[in-house]
Formats: sequence, C-alpha cells, structure tokens
Amino acid sequence: MARHVIASVDELPPGARKFLEIDGRPIAVFNIKGEFFGLLNRCPHQGAALCEGPLIGLAQSGNPGEIEYTRLGEIIRCPWHGWEFDVRTGQSYCDPRRFRTKAYPAHVEPGASVVKGPYVAETIKVSIESDYVVVEL
Amino acid sequence: MNVQFRDVSEQATSVNASKATKTAIKTAIADCDIHPARASKTELYPFMARRWHVHLETYDRHPYQGMMEGPPYPKAQPNASRRDAYPPEGGLQGSSLSFMQQQHLDPNNVVLGVLNPLATGQGIRNLDLAAAICSAINDWQIEKWTGRDSRLKGSIVVANEDSAAAAAEIRKRAGDPNFVQVLLLSRNIEPLGRRRYWPIYAAAEEAGLPVGVHAFGFGGNPITASGWPSFYIEEMVGHSQCQQTDLASLVLEGVFERHPKLKMIMIEAGFGWAPSLCWRLDKVWQRLKSEVPDVKRPPSDYIRDHIWWTTQPMEDPERRDDLFDVIDWIGWDKLLFATDYPHWDYDEPTRVLPAGVSDANRDAFYLGNARKVYGLS
Repeated sequence: MARHVIASVDELPPGARKFLEIDGRPIAVFNIKGEFFGLLNRCPHQGAALCEGPLIGLAQSGNPGEIEYTRLGEIIRCPWHGWEFDVRTGQSYCDPRRFRTKAYPAHVEPGASVVKGPYVAETIKVSIESDYVVVEL
Repeated sequence: MNVQFRDVSEQATSVNASKATKTAIKTAIADCDIHPARASKTELYPFMARRWHVHLETYDRHPYQGMMEGPPYPKAQPNASRRDAYPPEGGLQGSSLSFMQQQHLDPNNVVLGVLNPLATGQGIRNLDLAAAICSAINDWQIEKWTGRDSRLKGSIVVANEDSAAAAAEIRKRAGDPNFVQVLLLSRNIEPLGRRRYWPIYAAAEEAGLPVGVHAFGFGGNPITASGWPSFYIEEMVGHSQCQQTDLASLVLEGVFERHPKLKMIMIEAGFGWAPSLCWRLDKVWQRLKSEVPDVKRPPSDYIRDHIWWTTQPMEDPERRDDLFDVIDWIGWDKLLFATDYPHWDYDEPTRVLPAGVSDANRDAFYLGNARKVYGLS
C-alpha cells in the first residue's frame, strides 16, 4: 500500500472533492466537514463515475410518517441510477449486502513528514510549511 | 457546498472512468432507444413555416394535460438524464451528436442506434401545430443526426391524434433509409387498438415499417389505471400497466387480423409481465370470444407473432433463471437491446445480461433481432 499526496489542505476545503487517477484507478477524495475520505470513482452497480454525483443526506424512516434527514453532505448519489453510498465507508444504502464501493483511507499529514517520505506525490509540489491530504492505496 | 477539483476536464474524467467497460465489450451492438434532444428552443424553426414560429411564441402549445413542458412527473435526475451526459459545448443531455459519439456510440460500439425523439408534437390539441412539429422533428433527425452519422436511424414521429395527418407523414417518409420505424407513445386519448389510430397502422404496414410504442405520452388520462399516484416511482412502474392496456386493445380490436404484416415494438415498459398478460388474455378469450369474433386465434398468438420488446430498463430478478424462463417464453428472437441514453435509467451494455446465455442468443439479443425487425439485415 502506497501513500499518495494528492493536494494541499488549502486546496480542498470542506464540501470539496478532487478527482484523480492513481495506478490506473479513478479515485475521488472528499473533504467532509474537515475529514478526508477516498472512494473509487466507479459505481459497483453498472460502472458509472459514481463520485460525479451530488452529495446529499440520508432520508430514513424509523416508523411510518417519521422521517429523519441526517448526515447532510455525507452521502454520494450516483449520476446514473441514483444509488446512494456512504462517503465515509463506501457502504451502499440501496443494497448493503451485495454492493459496496471501495473506500481508501485519507488523512492530513504535515509537510515535514510528507517531504521526508516515503510518499508518492501526485503532481503536487510539497513544502515543509503546509499540510497535505494523503490517500492510501 | 459542492466544490469540485480535477486534474483533467470533467468530461474527460467520465470517459476515463468507463475505460474498463469500454474495452470489455468487443461485439457490435444495436441500441434501440436513444433520445436525441434539441440544444435550444428554436432548433426546429428552420424546419417549420414562419407562421408556426410566431404561433409558438404567441400561444405556445396547448396540451391534453398540464405540465407538458416537462413530463407528467418531475424526474429523479435533471431532464431525466444522466448527470455526466451534459455536452461540453452546453445544451441538454443528448443534444450534441459529437458528444453522443464520444460518450456512447464509439466506446460501446453501437453500430445501429435508433432515435426516439420525445417532447415532440404528440399530445398537442392544435392538430395542425402537432403535425407541423412532428414533420419538423423528422426533418431535424435527418439534418442533425442520421445524415451525419450512418449508425443512427430515425423514427417517423407522427401526430398521434390526427391519424390522417399521421398516415400522410408516414407515406411521405416511406422508403427513406433515414427512418426505420414509426413512433407512438403509450398514453394517448384512447387505447391504441381503437379505430381512430387504424390509419397509422395501415400506412406503417404499407411502408413495411414497424410501429414502436414508447412509454410516456400525454393523453389527458391519469397515468395509472387507478388514478393519479403520489410518487414518481409509481409512474416508473405504471408504464407496464399502460403498455398492457394498449396491447390488449390492439389484439382485441382485431388490429393484427386487419394488418397481418404489422410489427410493433414495445419500448421501455419491461417485458417480464408479458407471459401473465397472455395467459390471462387467452383464458378469458376462450370464454368470451363471441364478444370479439374478429379475434380468431388465442391473443397470445398475435402477441408472439407481432410484438418485439426493447430491454431497458432490464428486468433484474434475484434469480437469473427466472429471467431466462421469461425470455424463453417470449422468445430470444423478440428482444431488442436498448440503453435509453442519455436518460438516467440508462442500461450499461456490459451489465444487463447475466452469464449463461448461448452465443447465438447473445448475438440476437444485442444486434441480430434489431437488424431483422428494422429490415436492415
């Protein structure tokens, strides 16, 4: 498993996402309220570029007529068939037993440790003064 | 907030993302349900008399039911289409030939694509305007699509509630290789077997063209058989009800007895329900056939002989054998693969058919049946 530096923290504010290809795999990295998450940008249902979809919340009903709308901005909705996945885990909310999209750990590393390595910098200039988003795969 | 950053352009990313599926399918396919759109409101004007430009801007269209500008129900994705299908040059999804080629026809190796224009002159009360828009749509298909990409074939769109005008439009286009079928929608003022629509079938049979019946339409009736429902999801499953009543009407009004060479294609309404509809029709026909003496054979006979079915949205039962049982009953020679591009419920060509299908059946499903029914083999 290699660690890839994909952006400076400043480049990816909360609510933003970045698309890139790592080792031939299409990846999207999201900043959800200050936390970073990586997802394979391919829907396990029919192969659409899943992470092109809107970030929405989760409408769930405990009892008939009682609907809670939670986790706004944490659920990705596929641009084709609207299947919903948890950005934090890749878990499908349509068919959790059969489908999950690959999630990749992502986090912030200080410039000092990124410069030291061993990291693979993806077209990102790294400086010791900044913090960086690192994704593992 | 939905800020997005990317190293490459958005469209290029989408194309890259589907590289895996692009290389996975080598075989040529037919796509029997592609929806071309207009990039602007005035795109049809060059094909319509000046009188109609002024008319449209002054009075607009007067439909049989409200909300004609959109479909009867709001859709789950913008313009009912894939969010990744906006052309880079702007305009609605499906409005750019070059982007359709780049995103769909080339990577999926579509060698025959049948255009089914929606939002046309069908369902408009002013019958002269309806006919003018339909005829313009037909010229526009040649000018913008089929004349520029020989893989694409058009549908003769007709003013469905003015069968004299519709038949004239079919006769005008008969023999034109740009068109491979006549297009109707499933929701009309009356069920499709009723006498008012017969001249359309006579003209289609005479021209040797199948009549496609695509889900949707604007007949002014509720969109389910039991009234107006609450949710879009009910409209989505309601298409099969509507197609069932149209099919029963076509058979029981004797349309196929009068037009023994007529072929019809049920588009985008499923096919898993076909066996049970036929069983029920046959059973009651045995008891009530004196009511409909024109119907000489069991209804299922006519349906097997005259009806083809497009696949999208593909039936997706939990057990694949259930799917195979249904297709065996209908006949592997009667299914026509379709994606519905660029609409949101698009079927990806590599993902619809489970393993376990013979090469001959697979070839028929993806291409051979389409070539036969459209007379292109």
